[in-house]
Amino acid sequence: MTGSVAGVSGLTLRYGKVTALDNVTLEIPEGRMVGLIGPDGVGKSSLLSLLAGARVIQQGKVEVLGGDMRDVAHRNRVCPRTAYMPQGLGKNLYPTLSVEENLDFFGSLFGHDMAERERRITDLLAATGMTPFRSRPASKLSGGMKQKLGLCCALIHDPDFLILDEPTTGVDPLSRRQFWDLIDRIRATRPGMSVITATAYMEEAARFDWLVAMNAGRVLATGTTSDLLSRTGADTLDAAFIALLPEEDRGEDSAVVIPPRTTDDSDIAIEAEGLTQRFGDFVAVDNVSFRIPRGEIFGFLGSNGCGKTTTMKMLTGLLEPSEGRAKLFGHEVDASDLSVRRRVGFMSQAFSLYSELTVRQNLDLHARLFDMAAEKIPARVDEMIARFDLGDVTDSLPEALPLGIRQRLSLAVAMIHAPEILILDEPTSGVDPVARNGFWRILAELSRKDGVTIFVSTHFMNEAEWCDRISLMHAGKVLVSDTAEGITKAKGCATLEDAFIAYLEEAIGETAPAPAAAPEAAPEAPAAGVTHHAQQSGFSLRRLLSYSQLESLQLQRDPIRLTMALVGSLLLMIVVGLGINMDVEDLTFAALDRDQTTTSRNYIADIAGSRYFIEQPALTSYDEIDARMRSGELALAIEIPPGFAADIAAGRDVQVGAWFDGANPSRANTVQGYVQGMHADWITRQARQLYGDKASGGSFELVTRYRYNPDVRSLNAMVPAIIPLLLLMIPAILTTLSVARERELGSIINFYVTPVTRLEFLLGKQLPYIALAMLNFFLMMAMAVTFFAVPFNGSFLGFTLSALIYVTATTALGFLVSVFIASQVAALFATAMLTMIPAVSYSGLIYPVSSLSGFGRVLGEIYPSTWFITAARGAFSKAFGMAELAGPMLAMGIAIPVIIGLAAAFLEKQAK
Amino acid sequence: MNLRNTFNLGVKELRGLWRDPVMLVLIVYSFSLSIWTSANVSPEALTNAAISIVDEDQSHLSARITSAFYPPYFVEPQMTTTAEMDRRMDQGLDTFALNIPPDFARDVLAGKNPAIQLNIDATRMSQAFTGGGYIQQIVSSEVSEYVAGYRAETALPVDLALRARYNPSLDPKWFGAISAVIRSITMLSLVLTGAALIREKEHGTVEHLLVMPVTPTEIMFSKIWSMGLVVLLGSIFSLSVVVQALMAVPVQGSVVLFLAGAVLMVFAMTGLGIFLATIAGSMPQFALLLMMALLPLQVLSGAMTPRESMPEIIQTIMLAAPNTHFIILSQGILFRGAGLDVVWPQFAALAAIGVALFWLALIRFKKFLR
Repeated sequence: MTGSVAGVSGLTLRYGKVTALDNVTLEIPEGRMVGLIGPDGVGKSSLLSLLAGARVIQQGKVEVLGGDMRDVAHRNRVCPRTAYMPQGLGKNLYPTLSVEENLDFFGSLFGHDMAERERRITDLLAATGMTPFRSRPASKLSGGMKQKLGLCCALIHDPDFLILDEPTTGVDPLSRRQFWDLIDRIRATRPGMSVITATAYMEEAARFDWLVAMNAGRVLATGTTSDLLSRTGADTLDAAFIALLPEEDRGEDSAVVIPPRTTDDSDIAIEAEGLTQRFGDFVAVDNVSFRIPRGEIFGFLGSNGCGKTTTMKMLTGLLEPSEGRAKLFGHEVDASDLSVRRRVGFMSQAFSLYSELTVRQNLDLHARLFDMAAEKIPARVDEMIARFDLGDVTDSLPEALPLGIRQRLSLAVAMIHAPEILILDEPTSGVDPVARNGFWRILAELSRKDGVTIFVSTHFMNEAEWCDRISLMHAGKVLVSDTAEGITKAKGCATLEDAFIAYLEEAIGETAPAPAAAPEAAPEAPAAGVTHHAQQSGFSLRRLLSYSQLESLQLQRDPIRLTMALVGSLLLMIVVGLGINMDVEDLTFAALDRDQTTTSRNYIADIAGSRYFIEQPALTSYDEIDARMRSGELALAIEIPPGFAADIAAGRDVQVGAWFDGANPSRANTVQGYVQGMHADWITRQARQLYGDKASGGSFELVTRYRYNPDVRSLNAMVPAIIPLLLLMIPAILTTLSVARERELGSIINFYVTPVTRLEFLLGKQLPYIALAMLNFFLMMAMAVTFFAVPFNGSFLGFTLSALIYVTATTALGFLVSVFIASQVAALFATAMLTMIPAVSYSGLIYPVSSLSGFGRVLGEIYPSTWFITAARGAFSKAFGMAELAGPMLAMGIAIPVIIGLAAAFLEKQAK
Repeated sequence: MNLRNTFNLGVKELRGLWRDPVMLVLIVYSFSLSIWTSANVSPEALTNAAISIVDEDQSHLSARITSAFYPPYFVEPQMTTTAEMDRRMDQGLDTFALNIPPDFARDVLAGKNPAIQLNIDATRMSQAFTGGGYIQQIVSSEVSEYVAGYRAETALPVDLALRARYNPSLDPKWFGAISAVIRSITMLSLVLTGAALIREKEHGTVEHLLVMPVTPTEIMFSKIWSMGLVVLLGSIFSLSVVVQALMAVPVQGSVVLFLAGAVLMVFAMTGLGIFLATIAGSMPQFALLLMMALLPLQVLSGAMTPRESMPEIIQTIMLAAPNTHFIILSQGILFRGAGLDVVWPQFAALAAIGVALFWLALIRFKKFLR
């Protein structure tokens, strides 16, 4: 009996109301290949993520490599010795980065220098046969290759404990076999390494040393394959697993029996002739032909990305073939012919029903869309509910249902209009064996009883054997089409899987070097292994910079974010600079002159002559005033009463009427001011003319000095205020997104399970954004002094330095927001609001902070924008030098460690 | 096009929206609280302007002037010295500084027309103008009241009867409220349709729709009518309940005519929403695009500052944006009581832009589905 590499006791994990793990106690033996088996959603992934330290332990105890995983110090010691590959094809990879860049990133997280990384990458790629794809982006790899790359990334630091979560789901049989061979070879060179892997494929599980069968958050049984088989008396693991389930979960008789076909083969339902699909240079489907008679169950096998889905899309008319023809019932598929679609039911790979509609609403909507007569719909929906056994869940939302029931619902939806052909794209992936059997019983009935032709793709060999005929597809080509028996015999193999692998090897034999040919190249445990495990603690500039490089590479490859980062601020600066213009000029006015004397004309000419007003054709009546003001043509109308000049001369009271458009009050206020000013001015001048100097008694002169902006040009005032706002909002949004993206896409796991510290993670991500913000700063400065012609009087060096300090603080603010918000969209809006509101209201943009009180005052005094706005206005308009800028710089400088410290303190180093 | 499909799919969109709490909160907020708050924030009005006074006169008059500045327009004036005044202004502590020279009161009475200096920090444009005007008025009235105690006035008997039309008290709430409604219409018609499309893409349901006997035009129209309906109902609610009833803002013209304009506006904006969604492909990218698209639409369309004070070229470019026309027509109808005879050119322009955007979006949408 060997020792155990890890153990859990009394482990319970809940997500809200759902219990994922229910009081699990388990010892995982050391140096063995341990398999965790069970359908989706039974807690396998939860258990593995807890073992990897990626998730917070709620209740119970987890021990890995001889220590408690609740203990942070122990986790830090252990994480360089473990490796975790989460579920999902390429889940922890960076899709826009190339194979080499991905590996390089992981290598540098574990502290390898460049030469060491290069050596390891070359070795790993050679061992996995991936050398030819070194510079290909991860997103362009096939499923099998993504998983190999994921494994390479996990192995780059020679872990002692390898945790793999469904590494081969969605991968073709050959890649699967190669994957396990690779693991075997690595274990041969590093015998001490323990491996635990979850899988949904029972065939695969049979080769593991020791198994853990799980269901509904509990461990059903543990032991070797033969233990489990003998205990249950079953002959396959599938059957053994079902036998281990509690009575009520076993379902009906588990064997699926497909009766022989009776219909004749001359009636062809689906026919493909030389179907070809190209996307640019890439040939997704290459000259595929087959004929499927009515009522046949036709299976389609192949790895993810081999062209199965594309072929199905061409058959349904979703995609126009580049070459060749697809025929349904002898008619060529025409995407614009909607009548063919009524004869076809389609169930796509991803669960694609409306999660916001209930089961019944989904069925009802699809019935309507297929143009069924309204009075027949309720009966048909009920029939489907009865036939697919959905009676208990008619008013539930699909998301709340187990996967198996959702698949039945999908099938019910695809069948609602009684189609003659069913096209099913991997309908059972992730579904437990019991539900899968039930699903196939329905398919058998549809085919044999209703004569429905079924075209189905699958990864499961036992399902393939249930099909009347199967085609194996690889890299866009059909390798073979025959009955399961025929295929097995033709290759002289014992099982269908072996036969497929033989076909696949034959197909790729000439192109790729057999990876098995280089077993000696498998990464041997280097002597340095022990030392590099030791040097992980403390702050590492290398890990920090590896995150900087990762961030800049990702940004370079995302056009929308890059545009936002590079020119977003320039665009917004132009918009705001030109749009928010406070100079009210060129106002339209017209006069109704009932006096028509020199004096009245003089009054009107005063207004017409000012730079603020443009005179329009004169008015003739009150009605005209109404009409022309209503249409918005006039901002101001002046009425001079009859006898105006005579009354003035006689010293009688007289009144000039003025109406202005009050719709926009801020503009109206300005108009009012202008008119009052001009009126007063006119009166003073007239009075001087009439009464001479004695009129000036009691008068004084208010000399207004517009300081810092003597022309009172609004751009001179606006531009220095816009720069701080834009250097706040956009950099903060970008940094918020950079963290929220990792969370949403799942690559945050790399932060959880590698030695990188919070500060390295944050500062590393921050660097490229500081650089970008500074680039933006220089662009905006250039724009300000050239395009907007705003004079810059202060110290440029000092202002640049202030900007550097400011953007360091604003990028850090983004992190602080991201810590609290999970989704990218929410993070984006929250950042925009949370940064801009204080900046606009409490940073002295409009009201000086000195005139604020209470909370606003406190916030204003500490918010970095306040100080940078002071610096910007000072440097632009008030000729601030280094000495005057020192105060604001200091105030902003103090904020940086505070903000980053808070962000780091609240950033979770484990999933909740 | 099959109208029944369009209807059924639209009902599906509405049901989906009903189960999306975030969007519902956004809709309710945009048409209620957001209108209320943004109407009550009027950055143009003078509040809490910071002023300091250098009183070198120390007379009865200068004391009167000093005591005439008080909240809410001004903060309590800061008494200071000439040297200190410059420093305070440099640091941005004060927006205004009034310098009353020695012997000011005596010179005023003697008819010597003395000068009083007002320093304005013209980098705070929003307060500089209005504040300057207020200060001029306050000082003038204090001086003339003071002088009136000593001698009779000689001035021209010409009075100016200045009346603001459509908003006699120049209450900024009126304009703010209507502008906020327009802004909510713009934003939501973009966000709702764009999000509806991206949700389908992210859930993989677009493909699913396409294998059914449904055409892209039907899918697009279903999103436009359903989301447009929500926006219209929201704007009816905010206009009649929030703006008219709760905030007591009078509406001059025909609400029905305004809503007819809103229908055209929503049609155009939903087209734009779908267009942007097809470019973005994912929610976060869509949100980024929105930020870059909404702000120019908002700022340059005349909703915030009058169009005539923008450069000619911007005015011309913005004629292509639906907002510009919608703002002209809604300001005309709601404030000035304009009828269709006045605003028909805007209706025509909106309709034309709407059709063009729909057509562009449909082309993009068909490509997007491939």
